[in-house]
Amino acid sequence: MKAVTIQKSAPVSPPLWVRLKDHFRWIGPMAPALVIIALFFAGPIIWTFYIAFTNMELTGSTASTYSFVGLQNFQHMFNDPTFRQSVVLTIIFTLGSAVVGQAGLGMLLALLMRGKNGVFRGILGAIIVGAWVVPEIVAAFIWYAFLNQQGSLNVFLGAFGLPQNNWLYVAPMVSVILANVWRGTAFSMLVFSAALSDVPKDLLEAAAIDGAGSMQRLIRVTLPLIKNSIMTNLILITLQTLALFTLIFAMTGGGPGTKSQTLPIYMYQEAFKFYQLGYGAAIALVLLVIGAVASLIYVRVLRVEI
Amino acid sequence: MKAPSVAMPRKSVSAALAYAVLTLIGILFLVPFVWLFLASVNPSASLAVTVPKSPSLANFKSVFTSDTTLTPFANGLLISGGTGILTMVSAALAAYPLSRYNLRFKRPFMYTILFATGLPVTAILVPVYALFVQLNLLDSFFGTIMFMTATSLPFAIWLMKNFMDSVPLELEEAAWVDGASALKSLRTIVLPLMLPGLGVVGIFTFILAWGNFFVPFILLLSPNKQPAAVSIYQFFGQYGSVAYGQLAAYSILYSAPVVALYVFISRFLGGAFNLAGAVKG
Repeated sequence: MKAVTIQKSAPVSPPLWVRLKDHFRWIGPMAPALVIIALFFAGPIIWTFYIAFTNMELTGSTASTYSFVGLQNFQHMFNDPTFRQSVVLTIIFTLGSAVVGQAGLGMLLALLMRGKNGVFRGILGAIIVGAWVVPEIVAAFIWYAFLNQQGSLNVFLGAFGLPQNNWLYVAPMVSVILANVWRGTAFSMLVFSAALSDVPKDLLEAAAIDGAGSMQRLIRVTLPLIKNSIMTNLILITLQTLALFTLIFAMTGGGPGTKSQTLPIYMYQEAFKFYQLGYGAAIALVLLVIGAVASLIYVRVLRVEI
Repeated sequence: MKAPSVAMPRKSVSAALAYAVLTLIGILFLVPFVWLFLASVNPSASLAVTVPKSPSLANFKSVFTSDTTLTPFANGLLISGGTGILTMVSAALAAYPLSRYNLRFKRPFMYTILFATGLPVTAILVPVYALFVQLNLLDSFFGTIMFMTATSLPFAIWLMKNFMDSVPLELEEAAWVDGASALKSLRTIVLPLMLPGLGVVGIFTFILAWGNFFVPFILLLSPNKQPAAVSIYQFFGQYGSVAYGQLAAYSILYSAPVVALYVFISRFLGGAFNLAGAVKG
């Protein structure tokens, strides 16, 4: 008991045992995590750099006896119109569903829900967060059912005498973008709501007294105050959307043809449908580099204290 | 102190407009769900939304009494549970030195961890597949759990370290004086004080693993090893005529644990923003 009171009043200087024990006492506790990350996360990333420059295949003669082919995979990639189309589709998908759709709608919801009736907010929040919590494959199934030729959307359109279509076939990109907006808006809404609740009220009141209209208060006061949250959210949802696979794959499979084939789907097709593992790894490397750049920006923007 | 209401009528008009817009958005978000719930209680459901003539729980019942639907649930539980526990334990261990010791590499390490949380895991699956072929780890629960743990760990360590930082150091110093090892003071003092944080990390990892489709879809080949996420896809994506009512019931049962755990985290463990702790700039 005595020791406790002495310790409490002691200054912050390190206790004796810190100086006595050796430098490497962190190794024991950190070893399990470090070994797992090294073998199953860092290792595969490093290995990507190697097999992306080989002609490894899933089956056939080069499955086990693959060889180094230099930049051949990358030459093939940049000359392949399907690859270029995939890049464009990935950009459209990311801008449309994440930056414009999720962030835009999330901001609208966060702004409009301020100061509204608590029960109303609770119900609306539950619906929108519900779409986010549901597993991705279920979201894909729900939207597949909704947009199908026999699906609910056509029932509604038919009731109003509007043209019916198999929307997954006629407008695959619009379909997957809508589904991803539905699924991801909650995240942006939650981030923006939290940021907005930190905006000091007296600042907005002062602006109102000075004669600023609601639009001016939003643009001049609110948005600049939460711009850090906006920035981090935009980078985070961009990162998530760039690499999104399940929703598109289960709804359209990248089709019809290659009309909704974003980069992750293209990578999957090449590696696992056409058995070109080396080429698939080269596409994976492109995705990794894009992701790494965005992630670096994220770490920089966040500027957390560690 | 309220702001002077200069334009009261205009304000109530804009409030009404806001309610109208919000209600419309809410309905649009709700509509895709409606079919799922109606179809699940309709034994003869199609893809179109219809009010069932004779609603029954027959779909749920047939899901519950068939091995083809129960095995994927057990597989999912094994994979996600294994990933959740392994991640929680190894992240707690790793977070201790990061939170308690003066390490020279702490800052670069934590920045690397944060950087790793942003990397697209989807992209790593191709090399992992190639690696697993060579190591004979394909189609094994062990390999799948290890990969999912490895990709969950960066965020888990990040969260765990922040939770641990909030446990005051003074409580431990007494134990140190009594000669307790790091492991003992972690187990008897730190972890009991951060049980909510421990729960958040474990449950959050479980939720993500439970909902993961792509990883088991690539790394597990035998149908009897695949979790529910993959079997749902195989039912609506690959086979032509489908018992949509049963699949809807199956989807609801598959989603239920995730929704329940999410509600649990946000109600009892301090809210979703513990999870998104890294988001707020």
